[in-house]
Amino acid sequence: MIATNQHIDENLIPILEKVSDPEIPVLSIMDMGVVRSAILVNGIVEVSITPTYSGCPAMDVIGDDIAKALKENGYESKVKLILVPAWTTDWITERGREALRKYGIAPPLNPDADKDALLGDKRIVKCTNCNSTNTKLVSQFGSTACKALFKCEDCLEPFDYFKCLK
Amino acid sequence: MKKTNLYNYILELADNCLIAGQRLGELCGHGPSLETDIACTNISLDLFGQTRSYFQYAADIKGEDATEDSIAFLRFEREYKNVLLVEQPNRDFAYTLARQYLFDVYHLLLLEKLQFSQDLTLSAIAKKSIKEVSYHVRFTGDWIKRLGDGTEESHAKMQEAIDGLWTYTNELFEVTEEAKTLAEEGIAVDVSTLKKTYYEKVTALLTEATLTIPESKYFQKGGKAGIHTEHMGYLLADMQYMQRAYPNMKW
Ligand SMILES: [Zn+2]
Repeated sequence: MIATNQHIDENLIPILEKVSDPEIPVLSIMDMGVVRSAILVNGIVEVSITPTYSGCPAMDVIGDDIAKALKENGYESKVKLILVPAWTTDWITERGREALRKYGIAPPLNPDADKDALLGDKRIVKCTNCNSTNTKLVSQFGSTACKALFKCEDCLEPFDYFKCLK
Repeated sequence: MKKTNLYNYILELADNCLIAGQRLGELCGHGPSLETDIACTNISLDLFGQTRSYFQYAADIKGEDATEDSIAFLRFEREYKNVLLVEQPNRDFAYTLARQYLFDVYHLLLLEKLQFSQDLTLSAIAKKSIKEVSYHVRFTGDWIKRLGDGTEESHAKMQEAIDGLWTYTNELFEVTEEAKTLAEEGIAVDVSTLKKTYYEKVTALLTEATLTIPESKYFQKGGKAGIHTEHMGYLLADMQYMQRAYPNMKW
């Protein structure tokens, strides 16, 4: 799903697509939905990014990586962190969700299903290894604040689930 | 609106996040199990992120050479405005969770109001934080139930933690002069209005966890005015060490 209020200059998209999330290298920051705008103003690209979680340590690195990628393509830039509108997992693109799955992170479910999985002990999160839904919540917080830790009871694989944030 | 009022009010909001986060962060590598260790430090990280947003805003307002780091690390004890509750030490896991839970319930109620602040930055920070704090209160609330309604020993420890921390809960609802003025302008939250809902929510969960609500009517306060318990100095010594030993150091 692409948010309506996203403004990115067409010719900057290929450059920004090559910048990846430092914690999930297979995932482009564009598919993550953290780039809210990138516009060329008086020869300088003004980029606005929004954090997934307030304390996400990746944001500083993402800002630096964006500036570096633009520089390599001949653009000076200013990267700004904005909080409005707040990031939501709805902004992860379909391609992004597929990249997460391949990387071993189950993509976010819709809010109701997310609640059932995290609070109701319902077995609905698909194992990223064998696709079974016979999976169990191990911890509400996984390797980072945005993920919960699950375990597959069929193939025994432990995996992260990207929590729904709306 | 007076600039110093807003600055002080932001510190009042942020210092609670900073100090609660610092206490949880102390568990990094020391949690009772890997999962809980990671959960506590993730909550800590969320709180530090929120603190940064507040302090960046405060630094803008203060001007001169103020930065988020100077505000976080270079104040003296009497200049911190956090409530006494959040500075209480991690005596044991029950204590840590009880302290965090008693703060989380308040924190979420506060943010749900703050998101409608006339101040757009505070409103934005609140909207962002609500999503995170909803997970915090869920996590700590679950653990209060699990330990309260668990074994004889876990029940006793959780009851002791609640009994020990209860005296610090009332301060959450003290309205400072700054907040009072700013609340009239639609910028700050009048926290006294959250009190009834807070105690209802906490009472319901503690009762579900088979715990007894303390009856003591004696409450301690002082943190919002900068008068802290004896634990605060040690916490700051640890937290400020690097900036004091190596001024202006950066990672
Ligand atoms: Zn599996």
